[in-house]
Amino acid sequence: MAQVRPKAEGQILDVRNLRIEAVTETGQRVTLIDDISFTLNAGEVLGLIGESGAGKSTIGLSTLAYARTGCQITGGQIMLHGSDLRGLSVRGRQSLRGVKVAYIAQSAAAAFNPAHTIFDQVAEVALKHGLMNRAQVRMDAIRLFRELDLPNPDVFGKRYPHQVSGGQLQRAMAAMAMIAKPDLLVFDEPTTALDVTTQVEVLASFKKLIREHRTAALYITHDLAVVAQIADRIMVLRGGKMVEQGTATQILQQPGMDYTRMLVAERVAAEQSRFVEDHAAGDRPVLEVKNVVAAYRGTVNVIDDVSIDVRRGDTLAIVGESGSGKSTLARVIVGLLPRRQGDVLFDAASLKPRLQDRSKEQLRRIQMIYQMPDVALNPRQTLLDIIGRPVQFYFGKRRAEVRVRVEELLQQIDLPPDYIKRRPHELSGGQKQRVCIARALAAEPDIIICDEITSALDPLVADEILRLLRRIQDDTGVAFLFITHDLGTVRRIANKVAVMLKGKMVANGPTEQVFSPPFHPYTELLLSSVPEMRPDWLDEVLSRRRKAG
Amino acid sequence: MRVGGIRITLTAIIGTLIILACVGGAILAPWVAPHDPNLPMGGRWDPPSPEHWLGLDQIGRDMFSRILYGGRISIGLAMLATILAFVVGVVTGLAAAIFGGWIDMLFSRVADVVLSIPNLMWALIILSGFGTGATIIVLTIGSLYSVYVFRVARSVAMNVVVLEYVEAARLRGEGLMWVILREILPNALPPLAAEFGLRFCFAFLFVAALSFLGLGVQPPDADWGSMVKESALAIPAGIAAPLYPAAAIALLTIGVNMVVDWLLSMYSRPQGENA
Repeated sequence: MAQVRPKAEGQILDVRNLRIEAVTETGQRVTLIDDISFTLNAGEVLGLIGESGAGKSTIGLSTLAYARTGCQITGGQIMLHGSDLRGLSVRGRQSLRGVKVAYIAQSAAAAFNPAHTIFDQVAEVALKHGLMNRAQVRMDAIRLFRELDLPNPDVFGKRYPHQVSGGQLQRAMAAMAMIAKPDLLVFDEPTTALDVTTQVEVLASFKKLIREHRTAALYITHDLAVVAQIADRIMVLRGGKMVEQGTATQILQQPGMDYTRMLVAERVAAEQSRFVEDHAAGDRPVLEVKNVVAAYRGTVNVIDDVSIDVRRGDTLAIVGESGSGKSTLARVIVGLLPRRQGDVLFDAASLKPRLQDRSKEQLRRIQMIYQMPDVALNPRQTLLDIIGRPVQFYFGKRRAEVRVRVEELLQQIDLPPDYIKRRPHELSGGQKQRVCIARALAAEPDIIICDEITSALDPLVADEILRLLRRIQDDTGVAFLFITHDLGTVRRIANKVAVMLKGKMVANGPTEQVFSPPFHPYTELLLSSVPEMRPDWLDEVLSRRRKAG
Repeated sequence: MRVGGIRITLTAIIGTLIILACVGGAILAPWVAPHDPNLPMGGRWDPPSPEHWLGLDQIGRDMFSRILYGGRISIGLAMLATILAFVVGVVTGLAAAIFGGWIDMLFSRVADVVLSIPNLMWALIILSGFGTGATIIVLTIGSLYSVYVFRVARSVAMNVVVLEYVEAARLRGEGLMWVILREILPNALPPLAAEFGLRFCFAFLFVAALSFLGLGVQPPDADWGSMVKESALAIPAGIAAPLYPAAAIALLTIGVNMVVDWLLSMYSRPQGENA
């Protein structure tokens, strides 16, 4: 049997007054992490919660004695088993990483080398550091694969990364991290890139792994409901500073600070907000999609016999997991991907399949907003150019009039008028998405297609964007086609919902009806997979599913 | 140092000064050259003196004046060839990236064929077929180098056309010219500008190489390449004369490269840092 290092008990990690700084191009020092302290005992999981830029990952990496390029640990101590990691030599750091502290990243696809088998990569650390021989590593790896509920654990390692699913690869990364039996695991948003239904299984595996091995762990995430399932204690971070720290129940149920309360309230709203009423505003559909079939190349239909209709003032959400054909449907509607069969009617008139064959007026009345505002805005143009172009293009306005209209639109999206001269890189992520909304509004459309427009944003920012959209809809009566994988968003904004699975529509109707029993089995699976903030949610779901078989 | 929000480095300043000196000297040659470049005025390979700063060449003409005048030809031909290469290369490159399909296929395969034979071989074949002269040199180098520009323009534009702001412009119904001139080109410009500098260097060296081989500019006119050739015999005699035009070639090449490096470093930095 493998020689197992005696499992450490008691305090594993003690971080005191940690300070990390970065030096910018212009030589200014920026403090990324300011006076952070925490301890971690064996078998304990500390959740690090915060929005992007809060310093979660920077703290996580510092426990591997690592700082990203340009960053430096400039103060405090990181004590692992009582010795400070900051004092380690290069060799010392090498024997620390992967052996005593291991890291599990967000994207397993990027962490695995596609040219080697999973087993080779899982075994690498243990073999390289001479901790075990090949036979021992093999046994340990198989045992880990089994613990992580991977299929055919005996032969799973013989596969290459592309031969397994995303969720399986994410679990394989956990096996890679555990192979050297580290004392500390750092999970950095390990389930963020996964679909909800996959996330449940992966979370369950991680939880079991931590529990059985009594490993101390840092769990970094922006999702309060995920951290509720797995963490004993939670630290809330904002802008590199600690907001508060406490037990999981304490933080989630009686948050002490305003900021934490806002985060929790946002999440509660996603879970519990009442359904939007099905206010059938218009009588005639603005947009009708009838039995549409579409494919990229070859014979496989990416969407197959899909029908929806959107009325004035409607918000129809299209939900489904990645690969379900949601975005393809949007591309068919706007004409980027010509449909193969079926019809798309706009204002009762059939739209030509190809974008190039549609009239300028038809193009104006359907607008689109994208997921990544960073690449949806031309970095070389000012907001005046970006928002003003549709005004000039569709309505032929003169320069002075365009400017007035752009100022109006900026006001509508709550940006100050002097932003008119700014370029996209001078804006935050949420502001950029507002500009995309303004650009769409500038065309005075009847329907706006929103393709995952809040998924790249932090929850609080996303919430503001949703509020803005609702206000705009009340003011203008514009209809939204809202493509998303986030069911909390659907609940808050959509009066109608269509559920897609592998290119087919499995449910379609008013949100309240689709999301209440009797469900379509897939809708039920989706709904039950969305994490809730109750700490016992995960165990309940698992036991319910086990009973159901 | 920062001027108007743009970071200026020492390399950029030195490179610009070198380019200005070379180009300025070439343009202003008739006014600043101390002597007639084609008039023998002393002994063969006389050493530098206060009267003749870089000495005399193999038939006793003032070396410094000849370098100034030679620059007009070297730089002028290289510049015209580079401009030609860019007009052809950028247009075909953008067309390939935007339309894809058989257009991309056709241009790319033609490019592969041209690239499969060394440039100098092509040039020798063309020049021995059509004879030599300024026009044919510019056409030859320009068309050979348009292939390289095509490859750069195509790959840069390929990265830009897939971005969503380009798609947003297409969805708006914008015409092709707007999409190219307002959405794609401004974002492809920094790497193309850098390629322009590098391509100019190569064209300039190509002109010099052709002249050195005797296929370029014919006497009594001379560019820097042919001047190296004419006085090459001096090297075994321990005379520095051929090194002066060679140094001019090297100097301008280094100057342009310094500016190109700076341009590329600006491009690779995140948007927020330089705009």
